[in-house]
Amino acid sequence: MGTGIVTASYIIAAVLFILSLGGLSNPETARRGNAYGMTGMLIAILATVFGPQVTGGGMAILILVMLIGGSIGFYAAKRVQMTEMPELVAMLHSFVGLAAVLIGYATYVGGTGDMAGAEETIHEVEIYLGILIGAVTFTGSIVAFGKLRGKIDGKPLTLPGRHWLNLGLAVACVWLGSSFVDGGGAFPLILMTLIAFGFGVHMVMAIGGADMPVVVSMLNSYSGWAAAATGFMLSNDLLIVTGALVGSSGAILSYIMCRAMNRQFLSVIAGGFGSSSGSGPVAAIEGEVNPLSPEETAELLREAASVVIVPGYGMAVAQAQNTVYEITKNLRERGKTVRFAIHPVAGRMPGHMNVLLAEARVPYDIVMEMDEINEDFPATDVVLVIGANDIVNPSAQDEPNSPIAGMPVLEVWKAQTAIVMKRSMASGYAGVDNPLFFKDNTRMLFGDAKQSLDSVLKALQG
Amino acid sequence: MKIAVPREVHAGERRVATTPDVVKQVIKLGFEISVEAGAGAAANYADEAYVEAGASIVADTRALWSGADIIFKVRAPEAHPTLGCHEAELLRAGQTLISFIWPGQNPDLMEKLAATGANVLAMDSVPRISRAQKMDALSSMANIAGYRAIVEAAGVFGRFFTGQITAAGKVPPAKVLIIGAGVAGLAAIGTAKSMGAIVRAFDTRLEVKEQVHSMDAEFLELDFKEEGGGSGGYAKTMSDEFIKAEMALFAEQAREVDIIVTTALIPGKPAPKLITAEMVASMRNGSVIVDLASEQGGNCELTVPGEIAVRHGVSIIGYADLPSRLATQASQLYATNLRHLLTELSPAKDGNIVINMQDEAIRGATVINEGSITWPPPPPTLSAAPKKAASAAPPPKAHGHGHAAPPSNPVTTLAVMAVGALALWGLGSVAPAAFMSHFTVFVLAVFVGYQVIWNVTPALHTPLMSVTNAISGIIVIGALLQISTEGFIITVLAAAAILLATINIAGGFLVTQRMLRMFQK
Repeated sequence: MGTGIVTASYIIAAVLFILSLGGLSNPETARRGNAYGMTGMLIAILATVFGPQVTGGGMAILILVMLIGGSIGFYAAKRVQMTEMPELVAMLHSFVGLAAVLIGYATYVGGTGDMAGAEETIHEVEIYLGILIGAVTFTGSIVAFGKLRGKIDGKPLTLPGRHWLNLGLAVACVWLGSSFVDGGGAFPLILMTLIAFGFGVHMVMAIGGADMPVVVSMLNSYSGWAAAATGFMLSNDLLIVTGALVGSSGAILSYIMCRAMNRQFLSVIAGGFGSSSGSGPVAAIEGEVNPLSPEETAELLREAASVVIVPGYGMAVAQAQNTVYEITKNLRERGKTVRFAIHPVAGRMPGHMNVLLAEARVPYDIVMEMDEINEDFPATDVVLVIGANDIVNPSAQDEPNSPIAGMPVLEVWKAQTAIVMKRSMASGYAGVDNPLFFKDNTRMLFGDAKQSLDSVLKALQG
Repeated sequence: MKIAVPREVHAGERRVATTPDVVKQVIKLGFEISVEAGAGAAANYADEAYVEAGASIVADTRALWSGADIIFKVRAPEAHPTLGCHEAELLRAGQTLISFIWPGQNPDLMEKLAATGANVLAMDSVPRISRAQKMDALSSMANIAGYRAIVEAAGVFGRFFTGQITAAGKVPPAKVLIIGAGVAGLAAIGTAKSMGAIVRAFDTRLEVKEQVHSMDAEFLELDFKEEGGGSGGYAKTMSDEFIKAEMALFAEQAREVDIIVTTALIPGKPAPKLITAEMVASMRNGSVIVDLASEQGGNCELTVPGEIAVRHGVSIIGYADLPSRLATQASQLYATNLRHLLTELSPAKDGNIVINMQDEAIRGATVINEGSITWPPPPPTLSAAPKKAASAAPPPKAHGHGHAAPPSNPVTTLAVMAVGALALWGLGSVAPAAFMSHFTVFVLAVFVGYQVIWNVTPALHTPLMSVTNAISGIIVIGALLQISTEGFIITVLAAAAILLATINIAGGFLVTQRMLRMFQK
């Protein structure tokens, strides 16, 4: 296969990737989009494998390795629980990061060939950057994975003088970079890789559990930039295009998540959220909570004409999405309007709740975004908040000193009655008290979300 | 600090400003409280009950007033019938009076009170903001007035409210029209509804339609578009055409209904005349009109304030003291409103009050502060309007990633573009042509990604991440290109990279496929 045909294949693959992302604008076209993506990948790989640069011995190894890798990926994708999606995604990011590091080293070992002058310098900078981004992505994703799994404490780790530490590491990387380009050999490269590994760990350790959606999408972005840097390194336009697509996709997602929490991207990355308080004293919350039994919840639901369900991470933890669907079905059969309100940062990654509800067969046309449904709460009889806290916290709107002040929230307290299901009175990931629980029209249903909802369902059916 | 609760001196007033229950709670806040002998008698609260709750009983009115720091009253101060002086004269500097004042209607009283140098908080001036609802005595009293209006009507009305089919024949249900669906109107709707009547309601403020429906009553609408909501949740004066259409509706309803309850008030203006003499004449004999606006001149032309007038066979109830006619309940709610205000005034809960003029609720209620008139307060900042939904069109974002605050003003945008352009020229002056062509591809791809990704629906953000994950596995190409290169280390590194990237490709695409299959209508 000639170089021209390989390049043509790459163009086709790039176009298919763009179509694949474009398809995601709508659930109906999304599956076709994914098929485009697969086709593009297949074309790109085949063109490379049968292209001029792969020869006999390599062919055997690559077929073997790809079979192994493909099987692992296949197995992981089949086996993963929908609630574990954030972990899987974080894991996959780390693979891209590590692959970028490995390819960077392989390129370095392969030498600069007959390059000279500016060309050589740029090539070395490319190698250096590719490894740097890849390494940060790799360890950052591993830590994110650990945090999502609960193996690493979700609380932000705030080392004293951590901003100076970060700055120091960055300066060290720049300095090592210049010495590497000046012909310093492998030593600066290896040292930088270690520093970048440490930097990735420290960066994600400092970020609190509530900011996980930002972290996951940010690492998504990094894995894209890592691929793009590799593309520059190897002068491969397909890698550059794809990396840039993925990189900007992750960046936009991070931006959307930050906006949904009213947070500056830099302050999320700088970390420490959830431990510091706002700029002034936060008014103490007074009042009493009104607890409620599952039977009374069923009674309220039975009398309501319109119901909105607000799921949060607690629903994912309790694996309650199927019961939620059964309750939805039961209420819809009674002729009630049931809709779901999804906050952009509900769960631990962008769109997490949508996927869980889809898994439970909830039709996507009753699953609403925050902007679509927020104005409907005053006309809603019952709101069922399942394991969500910060995203329904009224102090974001009326308590200027609250750490979450200004974050857009679902205005569930405007409904006739809001039923909040919670395990206990503990505060959410942001560590902020929630005055919603003390409102006169709020009822608290304590207990494990799954068990409570099962009882509610039983009461509805009985 | 000591609180005094004098007996109400207004003729016919049965309410009292505190109850034994509230006495207990106020003492818990650190206050002492004395009650004038017999103050609660008309509301069925005996002196003994107050003593039991911890209050002291004082028989001498002057001693009661002079010995206190805070005075709780219901009615605005007026000439004392037995002491031969005005109640305002009993007040002195340093004291705080909390009661209904109606500063707008009583300028002379305000002058008198200001002259004493005391602080005066008017319960009728507590602003209508959500936080102050617990202190909103007007709503408490309106609620009682609405309930009592139906009870009074039922007492005069000669028939059942509910429809019945009995052995002695069929009884049609009473038809009740409520004009003005504020707190009193809604309370009247609820009461009439629970007695079995057919209830209709009218209000110029369309936003109350839902509330009326929620009480299971019918909402009468004019075929006319004009929104009557004024500031602070009150109604405003409507245009002439609107009033004409409205009067036609009332005339038509008057012929049909048995009972009309009017609660229409516009702040600071005489009550609008809604029920004309002709409408009264057109009503059936035995019908009842309850005019809750009688004190402000009445909504019905024939209302006689304070009395039941029978005109054209229709009883027109013009009582202005409906809350007082339910004295036990009214005292209890009013006393609780006072207690909430006291709690707000005493943030330290140490038995002392601070009049914090920065607090919107307290600022609104304070009509005289140390002898200077502070009424009217600045208008309340209303937060009832729904917040504008976050802009649907995403703001433009500079290339690169993570600009949480996109440059919005044109100067900044221009500056960013200029810096970007300079950086590119700088790069172009040293970089080789091959690099620049790759860079072109890169920048264009970032822009394409930017355009495409904003169109992705938020519901599919998780599949978006997994599919981008899969396609970032394209890095496998890099490893494939290297695997046949000479050298053992390179081969090993490349093989490992291929392994990782393939996991990504297979895992990412398959899990995306699995997720997308679940999205169904």
